[in-house]
Amino acid sequence: MTAPDASAETVVTATALSARFGTNTLFQDVSFTVRRGEVFVILGGSGCGKSTLLKMMIGLVPPAAGKVAVLGTDVWSADAPARLALLKRIGVMWQQGALFGSQTLQENIEMPLAEHTTLTREARAEVARAKLGLVGLSEAANRLPSEVSGGMLKRAGIARALALDPPLLFLDEPSAGLDPITSAGLDALIQDLAKSLGSTFVVVTHELASILAIGDRCIMLDKAAQGMIAEGDPRELRDTATHPTVRAFFRREAA
Amino acid sequence: MSGREAAPSIFVPDTDTPATLDTRRDGTRTVMALSGRVDTAAAADLWSPLVKAAREAGAEGVIDLRAVSALDTTGATLLLTAAALGPGIEGAAPGVTAVLDRVRDALAAPRPKPAVALPFLARVGRGAIGLLSNTTDAMAFLGEMLATLVLTVLRPTRLRWREVLRFLDEAGLRAFPLTILLGSLLGVILAFQSAIPLRRFGGEIFVPSLVGISLMRELGPLMAGVILAGRTGSAYAAELGTMTVNEEVAALRVMGMDPMAILVLPRVLAGLLVMPVLALLLTLSGLVGMTLIMGMLGFPLVTVTTQLSAWLSLTDLFGGLFKAAVFGLAIATIGCRAGLSAGRGPRAVGDAATSAVVGGIVAIVVLDGLFAVAFERLGI
Repeated sequence: MTAPDASAETVVTATALSARFGTNTLFQDVSFTVRRGEVFVILGGSGCGKSTLLKMMIGLVPPAAGKVAVLGTDVWSADAPARLALLKRIGVMWQQGALFGSQTLQENIEMPLAEHTTLTREARAEVARAKLGLVGLSEAANRLPSEVSGGMLKRAGIARALALDPPLLFLDEPSAGLDPITSAGLDALIQDLAKSLGSTFVVVTHELASILAIGDRCIMLDKAAQGMIAEGDPRELRDTATHPTVRAFFRREAA
Repeated sequence: MSGREAAPSIFVPDTDTPATLDTRRDGTRTVMALSGRVDTAAAADLWSPLVKAAREAGAEGVIDLRAVSALDTTGATLLLTAAALGPGIEGAAPGVTAVLDRVRDALAAPRPKPAVALPFLARVGRGAIGLLSNTTDAMAFLGEMLATLVLTVLRPTRLRWREVLRFLDEAGLRAFPLTILLGSLLGVILAFQSAIPLRRFGGEIFVPSLVGISLMRELGPLMAGVILAGRTGSAYAAELGTMTVNEEVAALRVMGMDPMAILVLPRVLAGLLVMPVLALLLTLSGLVGMTLIMGMLGFPLVTVTTQLSAWLSLTDLFGGLFKAAVFGLAIATIGCRAGLSAGRGPRAVGDAATSAVVGGIVAIVVLDGLFAVAFERLGI
């Protein structure tokens, strides 16, 4: 365990973020920072706004109040070129993979490479093969998304998120709907990628096993509190948290 | 976490120097020295030069990574592709080596097995078997649907009338504006086009009978069928296709409910009932359009109606409406079947909608041919 280094570069800075749908406040005053190279987990029960918070960071849902800066760019006040430059430097794995159904897994990964790089066709094919190899899907390269299992879809989703080698990856519910073995395999993959590639991960999840396995730091959102109720190392929170909801979450009790 | 700080590989400040390639001879060896940040953009620029240099150098070459400050997985793919042509790699810092090792493992994984192309005869055989099983399935579907239809006629309380009304509204009432527009324009065009040649023989007086008969017997049912296939057949296929993809149809079946009675029958019944109305509406709008043109050509309304009543019989009308009802049954059935036999994925829904429209239009044209033969034999 290395002590949090004050000079460690921050990758994401969220300041007093709020989300509102109509008159219904989802959460307010959520502030946190994500440091370079860590696996940062956003956790919480269903409907607490985890995915909305993620969408604020990737520029899909505007915050009702507050600011969020990703890789030094303010997501919601940046002009179009700055925003595009930012989008090329982040990767997103969607909950259901969100792979394009009419293309094979390989073609899905080649698409951003063709759009944003000057790599030749052969080079793109080789690079896409490497990305699929990174997530252990080499043999499924020529299959369509409809022809692979749920776990493989998520892996392929990570491979596509890795296409442009972004320093920052957002994963939405990587282990939701997977069996424990596949889910553990995915956790191992995330840790492996974080370690060997040195990328930063922001992971939204409510799978306890996953949180404890991969999370370096986490924040917990709560629907009733309409905001953040915990922040820190998930293993420490499990052992020392005093907030009843946090304790219930980590001990799998009915709150 | 310990160990993380040893791999500052992928995340590098943009101020870092972009990669350069410097190839030089060192005795018998060719040294390809890379420096700076070998990321995706750099890999794109360096790909051809490095691969070319590596091919020329072969086993005599060496790729020198001493001055490389950072490496991403695309850069690593380039280095390994070049190294596969013969040269060795040396001088990589620990962070760079970590990425290189990870990507080496990734590329070493077995490639997908190439798809085995079937010999021609086997392809023909597979196609024939597919066609046969598809035909059998279609027949089974038709049989099951007709059986359900008969059962429902025997016990009409079983039918979900509320659903039928909804589909009647969607397939019928909401198609009225389009039908009226299409019909009246069709009447106008037919009247104009036939008036030109008939004028040469002084036979403009026969335009109403010509347009009337063709609309009532052929064009009314046919064009109404095209409208139904495009508006409703495709909608049925898309709706049922989405339900199939979402396993809603399977859920119905497992709860002991018959998708045929619940999903298909109300739609098919709506198609069957609505088509004669659409065909009649289209024919009447066509006659109105024709009358308008006749008026412009100097024939009063009474001439047109006299002509029409002299040439058209109730047999023409009922023959046309009967045909329309059969077309409606066919289009709705094909649409429902296309939806229920949809595959997986978003593309399946699109495919189902396409095959519903194409299948529906082909079916009504083929049926129309059969009707022509049958009516001729029966002297209708």
